[in-house]
Order: sequence, then C-alpha cells, then structure tokens
Amino acid sequence: MANRSAKVTVAGLAVPFRVWAQRFAFMGFVALSFALMLLSKAETAGIERMRLAIVDTVSPILFVLSQPVQAVGQAVDGVENFFAVYDQNRQLREENARLVQWVQEARRLGVENATLRAQLEYVPDKRSQFLTARVVADTGGTFFHSLLINAGSRQFIRRGQAVIWQGGLIGRIAEVGQRTSRVLLMTDINSRIPVVVESTGDRAIVRGDNSTRPVLQFLPDNSPISPGDRIVTSGHGGVYPPGLAVGIVAEASDTVITVQPFVDWSILNQAVILDYGVDGILPAPEQVPISPSRSQPATEPNTRVVQ
Amino acid sequence: MNTLTVFPLMRRWLGNLVPVVTTFLFVLIGQLPLPVPLLSDVAPAFALISLYYWIVFRPDLMPYAAVFGLGIVQDAVAGAPFGLYALVYLLVQALVLNQRRFIAGKPFWVFWSGFAMVAPVAALATWMLASLLRGTLLAPGTAFVALVMTIILFPAIAWLLVHAQRRFIGMVEA
Repeated sequence: MANRSAKVTVAGLAVPFRVWAQRFAFMGFVALSFALMLLSKAETAGIERMRLAIVDTVSPILFVLSQPVQAVGQAVDGVENFFAVYDQNRQLREENARLVQWVQEARRLGVENATLRAQLEYVPDKRSQFLTARVVADTGGTFFHSLLINAGSRQFIRRGQAVIWQGGLIGRIAEVGQRTSRVLLMTDINSRIPVVVESTGDRAIVRGDNSTRPVLQFLPDNSPISPGDRIVTSGHGGVYPPGLAVGIVAEASDTVITVQPFVDWSILNQAVILDYGVDGILPAPEQVPISPSRSQPATEPNTRVVQ
Repeated sequence: MNTLTVFPLMRRWLGNLVPVVTTFLFVLIGQLPLPVPLLSDVAPAFALISLYYWIVFRPDLMPYAAVFGLGIVQDAVAGAPFGLYALVYLLVQALVLNQRRFIAGKPFWVFWSGFAMVAPVAALATWMLASLLRGTLLAPGTAFVALVMTIILFPAIAWLLVHAQRRFIGMVEA
C-alpha cells in the first residue's frame, strides 16, 4: 500500500486536469464558432472589419502564391497559341475586316449623335473611369461565389462599383479593405441585377442561384424571349450603370429562363472596376496627361492598372 | 546557453510550426484562381488533406486554437460566414482524434480510406451549415465533384507532406 502511494507524482495528478482543460478548450472554440456565425448572420460591422483585416493581411501572400500559378497558366496558353496561331490569324483578319466597317459606322453615328445632341441640348451621362486589378483569390464554385482583387480603398474602390472583364459583367464590389476588395459574383445566390432584354426593352432581374447560369426573373408575361437574346443592365436601382453586357439567354422554357454570362470564368485572372460619377476623387480623364508615345484618343476613358 | 544549443532549439521550434504553416498555405492555395477550367469551378479542399494528415501524425502540433484560427482564415478569404469553416475543422479534428488509433501506423490505404470517410463528413457539415446560414438548400453538385477530386488528390498532397515531415520534424510520434 505504501509502495503504491509512493508512485503518485505531480505529473500523474495533472493528467485528468489536462484532459479536462483540453475538452473545455474544444467546447469553448466550438461555442465561439457558433457565436461568430450568429454575429456574421446578423452582418455585424465588427465581423466585417475583422474579415477585411485578415484578408488585407494575407492578400500579399496570396499574390506571391498566385505568381507561379499564373506563370504556368501563361506557359500553357503560350503552347496552345503556338499551335493555333494559323487559325487565329485567319479569324483575326476576318474579324478585323468586319470591325473596320463597324468603325466607319461608329464614326458616322458619332457625328450624327453629336449633331442631334447639340440640337436637343442633351445632358450627357457621366463619363466612366476604369481601374484594372488582379484577381488574387477565386473562392471556387461551391457555396460562396466571390473574388478577391488586389485593389481597395487606397485605390478609391468603393462598395457597389460594377466589375467587368472582357466586356462582360462579373458582379459588384461587396466589401472594401485597404488594399483588397471582395467582388460578389453575379452567379452568387445573393446577387440581383436589374436588366433589360436588349431587343424588346423589357425589364427583368437576373438572380444568381450558385450555378454557372443565373436565372432571369420578373419578365413581363407577354414578353417574347428566345435563346440568344442579349441581356444588358438597365441601370435601375442605381448600382449598375445602364448598358453593361450581362449575358445571352441560354434556355427559355415556360418555367425557367437561364442566362449564360458573357464572361469566361476559367480565364478570369484580372478584373476591371468601373467608376461612375466620382468627379473629384479620381482625376477626370481630361486632366490625365497623355504621353506622346501613347497617343490615346481624347474620348477614351481613364484607365489604370494595379499590379 | 551557447550558440551550439540555441540553433538546434530554434530549428526544433520552427519545425514544430510546420504543420500549422503548411495547412495555412494550403488554405490559401485552395483559394487561388487556378487557370485550369475544371479546377477553377470546383476547388479541391487542399487544407482538409493537410489538416487530416497532421492530426493523424502530429496531433500535438495541431492544437485546437490553431485549427480554429485556420478555419477563421478560410472563412475570411472564402467570404463564408465567420465561424463556418472553423466549426467544420474543429469537428474534423475531434473525429480524427477519436479514430486516430485505427489509422496511425497502418498501411497507406488505411490512411487514405480514413480520409475518404472524414472528407464526406466535412463536406456534408459545410453544406448543411452553408444552407442553414444562407437560408436555402444549396445545390450540392459542385461540392460533390470537389469532394471526389479532393479524395483523388489526397495521395499527391500527402506525399508532399510526408517529405515536409521528414525534412523538418522527423517521424517522432506515430
């Protein structure tokens, strides 16, 4: 008996306490996770600040990690382009011939427009300015459809600005950190975009449903719509500027109308943030010095690139 | 204490950070815009593989606080409600710690099969929590494809982690 009691050590006595402390820690962190989820659901300002602080901190690491990935992507593109160069050249020549005709048409319409506006004393739309940023994180197509871009409040990004790439709408700025912003994609379940069908002018809403093809809703019952119709933003609600290309109607049945976005998600490594009507914050296009080597036409909007 | 004793101590201390650091990097790698069409749509859960690996082989170097922190970083970057991935990762940790004695020290296929059982639980928990928090039943299709890809990619990531463990920590604890 005396021998057994002699074997009791401090470390031995501490074991049950350690086990209890570990269980307590586990339960504590689980409870904390639930509490944070509830606060997050309530969209507390503190949670958003915390999220942005974390994102701002890790975004330089994301940027560094994305460099080799982009390099591999560019190498693959290079090889593909090498083999497709003949076909591409032929296609581009044809496209160029078509576009030259469009340029003539656009010039004629421009002159006509200017004459008509002068006659009507028309107040023109505010000019847009662009900022190009790199996509540093793509949260994948599972439950949350958003991107992180490496431009934030330091680059005068503000919540609600429209984001496009290669002429097609991507989504809008949802959160702005100092050097990083989150773009809510048009495919996310929380996304609603007021649109018009270009051919008929009928208004509708494009609602994200977490699939690659959002749904067209609230279209008038008698509206004639068919696959291939172009959908553009209407500008209603004041979030998106009017006339941005959203997509084309992919499927139009009695029950559901789906829209195929113009943007190709698989090559989305950069994004253009549109800035409408912020005179005084960003320099107006006229005030940006144009170097003789880059002879930009005076009508081209101001563009900047964040690397 | 002279320099001869300080350097091994420092090396050991830094080595002990390898599990958390590699998992942190995999959390970020999982969010990168990958230029591969299929991978950009369905990102495999690289971080889950790393988490599982280290909890099986070095649970002492993967404390609850670190797992919680890694989950919070994933939540912040992925734009998920705060606490979602933190909770999922804690559940994975509790599950793997509970079943660890059946996996550690066994052949690789047992290790892989263990992951093939843990990953669906994690995916199911994520889907349920995300659906609950977003107030609608989310389509589980892409998550299922991501799950299958994660299980298929497991050996490749585990191979990298084996090398990291041998190089920086050593096979101390089985």
